[in-house]
Amino acid sequence: MSATNVITRPTLSPASIAIAAGVGSLTVGMVVALWALVASVVGGMVTVLPLGQALLVGLALGAVIGAFRERRDTPLAIAVGAGLVVALVWLLVSGFRPLGLEAVEPVWGVAYAFIALAVAGQLVRYGLRDFDLRRPRRDVLERVIVRLLRGFGFSFFAVIILFPFWYMLSASLKGRAAMLRDPANLAIEFHLGVRQLLVGYREVLFTFDFLNFIGNSALVAFVTMVVTLVMAVLGAYAVTRLAFPGRTFLSRSILLIYMFPAIVLVIPLYAVFTQLGLRNTLPGLLIVYPATTIPVALYMLRSYFQTLPKDLEEAGLIDGCTRAQVIWRITLPLSMPAIASVGLYVFMIAWNEFLFAFMFLDNPAIFTLPRGMVMLDSQEVPRQYLMAGAMIITLPIMLLFFWFEKYLVGGLTAGGVKG
Amino acid sequence: MAVRRMTLEAREARLAYWMLAPTFAVILLIVLFPVLLNVWLSFKPVTLADLRAPVPVANERVMQQPEDAGDELVLRLTMRNGSQRITLFGVDWQKTLPAGLTLATVEPRCEQDGRTVACAFGDWEGGYRETLELTFVADTAYLQAGSPDVRDAPTDMRARAENIITNLVFTLDNYRRVLTGTDFWPSLRITLVYTFFSSVGSILLGLFAAQLLNSRFRGQGLLRGLFLFPYVAPVIAVAFVWAFFLDPFSGTVNALGQRWDLLAGPVNFLGQRSIELSLFGLSFAFPLALASVVAFSSWNYFPFAFLFILARLQAVPIDMYEAADVDGAGPFAQFWYITLPNLAGILAVLFLLRFMFLINKFEDIFLLTGGAAGTKNLPVLIYDEAFARSDIGAGSAVAMVLFLVLLIFMFFYYRFAPENE
Repeated sequence: MSATNVITRPTLSPASIAIAAGVGSLTVGMVVALWALVASVVGGMVTVLPLGQALLVGLALGAVIGAFRERRDTPLAIAVGAGLVVALVWLLVSGFRPLGLEAVEPVWGVAYAFIALAVAGQLVRYGLRDFDLRRPRRDVLERVIVRLLRGFGFSFFAVIILFPFWYMLSASLKGRAAMLRDPANLAIEFHLGVRQLLVGYREVLFTFDFLNFIGNSALVAFVTMVVTLVMAVLGAYAVTRLAFPGRTFLSRSILLIYMFPAIVLVIPLYAVFTQLGLRNTLPGLLIVYPATTIPVALYMLRSYFQTLPKDLEEAGLIDGCTRAQVIWRITLPLSMPAIASVGLYVFMIAWNEFLFAFMFLDNPAIFTLPRGMVMLDSQEVPRQYLMAGAMIITLPIMLLFFWFEKYLVGGLTAGGVKG
Repeated sequence: MAVRRMTLEAREARLAYWMLAPTFAVILLIVLFPVLLNVWLSFKPVTLADLRAPVPVANERVMQQPEDAGDELVLRLTMRNGSQRITLFGVDWQKTLPAGLTLATVEPRCEQDGRTVACAFGDWEGGYRETLELTFVADTAYLQAGSPDVRDAPTDMRARAENIITNLVFTLDNYRRVLTGTDFWPSLRITLVYTFFSSVGSILLGLFAAQLLNSRFRGQGLLRGLFLFPYVAPVIAVAFVWAFFLDPFSGTVNALGQRWDLLAGPVNFLGQRSIELSLFGLSFAFPLALASVVAFSSWNYFPFAFLFILARLQAVPIDMYEAADVDGAGPFAQFWYITLPNLAGILAVLFLLRFMFLINKFEDIFLLTGGAAGTKNLPVLIYDEAFARSDIGAGSAVAMVLFLVLLIFMFFYYRFAPENE
């Protein structure tokens, strides 16, 4: 080291090293656990989880990073360099299996280990940035813990949200034998070719008639949405804009009606619909679904209408519009974003509805998708097909949902620009 | 014609009622009426088979076929009441015979008019059976027509039956049987445990998630959308996914858990009632399957709590935190003294809402475990009684108990929920 550098050389602080070591230990533990999970379920590698080793290695890594802090930060080069050095040591000590890989080409294993620990070093550096660790106050320690919790939180939610959907996708592309051979390997086997990968989808769509169920589900959900929206718009308008006896009571009771449990309604409706011959029919479902969605739709639209200024409508009335014209020309265009979101919500409820479809429908020609899924749930049908069915029922609603998210944000920002 | 002048208020009220009429009609018919019918059914001895209108059944068999004119044709009718329990009134049987057959049996209940033979059998109790042989004398017209099979001749059989739903037979047996049965009380306890812990679980997860996303950063909108996935996805799809990856033998969780030495052996998360856990030297039976469905439901519904809590968090004035910073309060103190008090209202409402939704949640448990291994909550019990055991009355009785429990919570919600949450 040159003489000039001596002046800015960091003073070693035991507190700083201790805190950094703790953070490093937990960080490397999390990184290695995440890495092992991803390597296994996405990469299809056989992994073990050397958690104890990782915590120890992290302790060392953190201590180095804590020792070389300058002005409340550790230089990037030191953080990454420490990660690489620690990785090298770990490689040598563990016989070139630092991240718990059981069988992988050494080159890749070495590369993964270096990358993972360099990233871990950088994360530890970020986690401790801008804090004075030499004489740590209590709130600084708390902030360090909060950062750790945030890191843990994001990893945790990423895993619990993405894993089930990844499993659904992967299992829908995987044959029974591959699944039984190694249930921990959820890698997509691209080398099988598209035809072989999609065999589950082909079977479910054509042999098990899901193509038809998609149509039924779309029809039921769409009609439910339209009927619900028409009734709920009228009702919500009446409740927010018109004065009538019983308005307050009604306004408060709407959501309670929504709470009436489907499982309590299902027996009497089953009895009545059986006697009326409506049970095993789509019209039967189309009577029940709007009834279960109208209260919540009315409630949501009511909340939105309350935020709309009354003045516009009153101006319209004074200018000689009828109520119908006011609703059609003023209220509806103003509430398009709300109507779109309520409509999507209702569509989603009807598309996903299981209980009534399960109880009412016996005839495969009129099955909706959830009812069709129950049909697939048998010993003779491979799980691959069931997961393909799950993808088929999940994907459209997810796509609609994402499309809608953008639409909603767009509507909100457009409103903001116009003031 | 006198023009009826209405005040503006009256006109407005009338318009409001018209606009609300369809909603009222639908809710009355499909929500309120079924609830009342459920009360009715819970006091009636009704089984699943009773729901189909009972019909008289008659099987015909030709015992003897005529060879020559003057020979006899013997038709045996094996008749019964299709229902074991419901009386049929005014059972009539009628057949349009082929030409050339004359009734020869002396049977006071039957008579022939032209080619039509009609029998009036009167009332049949449930389970009634009768075999009747009718003898006809054939003439040449019948033989010339090629001796057509009488069984193919048009037959009409009808009867009136009491409607099991509308009759006035009542009983307390359903309640007696349900309340003294082995399933009910454990099921009530399971329902309350499941509902409580799933509500708390989903709210805690939602609170954690909302804290994570309550700062502005790039990709926040995308992440918010991602966090809603478990709630948006159809429960039937994600329930099967959970059931598969928790499978003891072909499930990913068990495979990874064993490979990573986190599990000693395959664990049947959804099929094992309880496992022995020892914590700090105390060993206790941990309800494994119940905990798994609680985990599923917490996962499934946390986005709901997340959305509400995030919206409320963003309404907390930022200067409260700035003032706390100046005062040297750490993040934990800020969370405890600023965030939580601000969230108290919404957390309470969310808990009530989630509790009311989850107490009658059927799909989650039905799809994951089918109610096995100590997870049979009241909704699954309702299904079991009404449809698996075909006892509609008993199912309705359980449903009534569930509904009463729910009403208590609705009352609290109505009393304590602020108007606009």
